[in-house]
Amino acid sequence: MSKYQYVPEPALVKGDHDFASITHLVTDVNLRPTPKAWYLLMLPANALLGLLLASIGYLIWEGTGIWGLNNPVGWGWAIINFVWWVGIGHAGTLISAILFLFRQDWRTAINRFAEAMTIFAVMCALIFPGIHVGRIWVIYWVFPIPNQMGMWPNFNSPLLWDVFAVSTYFTVSLLFWYVGLVPDLATLRDKASDKIRQIGYGLFSLGWNGSNRHWWNYEKAYMILAGLATPLVLSVHTIVSFDFAVSVIPGWHTTIFPPYFVAGAIFSGFAMVLTLMIITRKVYGMEDIMTNDHMEKMNIIIMVTGSMVGFAYMMEFFIAWYSGVEYEKAIFLLRASGPYAWAYWIMMTCNVISPQFFWSKKLRTNVTFTFIISIVVNIGMWFERFVITVTSLANDYLPSSWDYYSPTIWDVLTYVGTFGLFGTMFLLFLRFLPMIAIAEVKAVLPQADPHNYDENGTYHAPVEEIPEHVTVAKPKNA
Amino acid sequence: MSAETKKMYGILAEFNNPRQLIDVSKKVVELGYDKFDTYSPFPIHGIDKAMKLEKSKLGWIVLGHGLLGFSGALAMMYFMSVIDYPLNISGKPFFNAPAWVPVTFELTILLSAFGAVFGMFFLNGLPRFNHPLFTIERFKRSTDDKFFVCIEATDSKFHADQVHEFFKEAGAAYIEEVYE
Repeated sequence: MSKYQYVPEPALVKGDHDFASITHLVTDVNLRPTPKAWYLLMLPANALLGLLLASIGYLIWEGTGIWGLNNPVGWGWAIINFVWWVGIGHAGTLISAILFLFRQDWRTAINRFAEAMTIFAVMCALIFPGIHVGRIWVIYWVFPIPNQMGMWPNFNSPLLWDVFAVSTYFTVSLLFWYVGLVPDLATLRDKASDKIRQIGYGLFSLGWNGSNRHWWNYEKAYMILAGLATPLVLSVHTIVSFDFAVSVIPGWHTTIFPPYFVAGAIFSGFAMVLTLMIITRKVYGMEDIMTNDHMEKMNIIIMVTGSMVGFAYMMEFFIAWYSGVEYEKAIFLLRASGPYAWAYWIMMTCNVISPQFFWSKKLRTNVTFTFIISIVVNIGMWFERFVITVTSLANDYLPSSWDYYSPTIWDVLTYVGTFGLFGTMFLLFLRFLPMIAIAEVKAVLPQADPHNYDENGTYHAPVEEIPEHVTVAKPKNA
Repeated sequence: MSAETKKMYGILAEFNNPRQLIDVSKKVVELGYDKFDTYSPFPIHGIDKAMKLEKSKLGWIVLGHGLLGFSGALAMMYFMSVIDYPLNISGKPFFNAPAWVPVTFELTILLSAFGAVFGMFFLNGLPRFNHPLFTIERFKRSTDDKFFVCIEATDSKFHADQVHEFFKEAGAAYIEEVYE
């Protein structure tokens, strides 16, 4: 008996699947008649979307005075929601680009899904900087477009950097997503039996026919896009954090912000992917592809990034003390014990304590528990942005100007409304587009590897070579 | 329509698995055909070597676009903030290079991504909605679970009978002539 254990790699796709059954499993969702439950979910989603449009309409009519902003607190829920939604988006790009570069084949099960989430989350995020400017009709001033004043944007401003970062992020994510979709849209085109779908999917699949001369350029493009999206996604939340870090407000002016924001973004994004994945795979019966092994791997990422966030919280305190700056020290003591202590401790509980449960294998492979934690994490991350934004502004240098910030009903309705936009887009995605990257999942099946066939073209499942004198660990989730 | 009145595009053969596709691609190359293509529902590991594909030129297209994005961003900011309408903002220099890094970076990435996506479609000759192969009903499975080889009639070594014979020997599950 050796002290070492051989841990077999779990199969990426469970069950007895071949190429055709994967195609059928995924495309059938789009090709069969719309289920009633879809309409039932679309109804509340559309109602919330209407609520969003109404509250934006009222905002434009009346002005930002309808929000709870007051004299020291000029940034409220709009900024919090913006950062929160952008952060959620980051998981999609991490899964599609960074895990691709690291050759993590398990990403193929969830990448389409997570990228869709990225795009819709960034759409929700982009609403807030768009509407919070007050005079929405001159929002084009943020772009380098000639205007009647003959002036150009201020390229020294982090807010302007943010415009470029988030709009580039949205565009590149959309392109990356679309490139991944093209071969699968071609599959849908070829599977569809009615004219409307054939034309619709045919149009967007651009005449893709699976040519290997095309795949050759395609794979190169995919690799390059992954290489471009990786620094891009890290830059986006870095630049979002510059909105805070480049100012001279106590609690904001810290160099730890960029890495801490990126870690937090991935933390909350993975939680959101899990929330959506656990429901969707159950509803659509995709458990063979989105397996519990994937869930466990994502939970480990949540645990790692959650610990990084927790470490950053402690480091902030240390640096505040070590800096010797009275205002820095005061703001951190006020965060934990001042008027917003309740928010601070919600944040600490949700973000620092809750991911630590995933050290236990039993808990991180438990679907219900994961689902609960995934929601808790996103509540925590919303409060993190609340604590950062509000506490530093409400209690700044002059105690005589301190004030307490509370949102109004319009803040709340706008935020709740963004879930309507997100939900509507996501339901449309599930209905009309393949939720799993069909071609990529096929490519990681053992049947896709030419080495698993003999000279006569007969398939032989790969046999795992287990080193001698080594015990074999029990397969995961057997 | 009869075969005599229509121009032949090539001969299509269907195979059942990626191993067969690789083997037959190697033979096609050995026999000296170069106007041929293989079709599969996913990219197959090693098919590039079997088909003797040249390295993709896409990297150069992306590099060009990236350089354009980089220099374009700097030129734009220099024109706007130094030449056209210099603004004194808290005494900072007009040419404030460190502050311009984020925008330069983002535009470099943006243009490179455009190069990668549109360059790929350009190199592949897409979009192309009408293709002779789309007239073949069985070819629909090239995006599902079957593997195809098509030797095109424009190849200088193309003789219909020989190609038929070759595919039959290679163990094709199905052979069909494709007309434009």
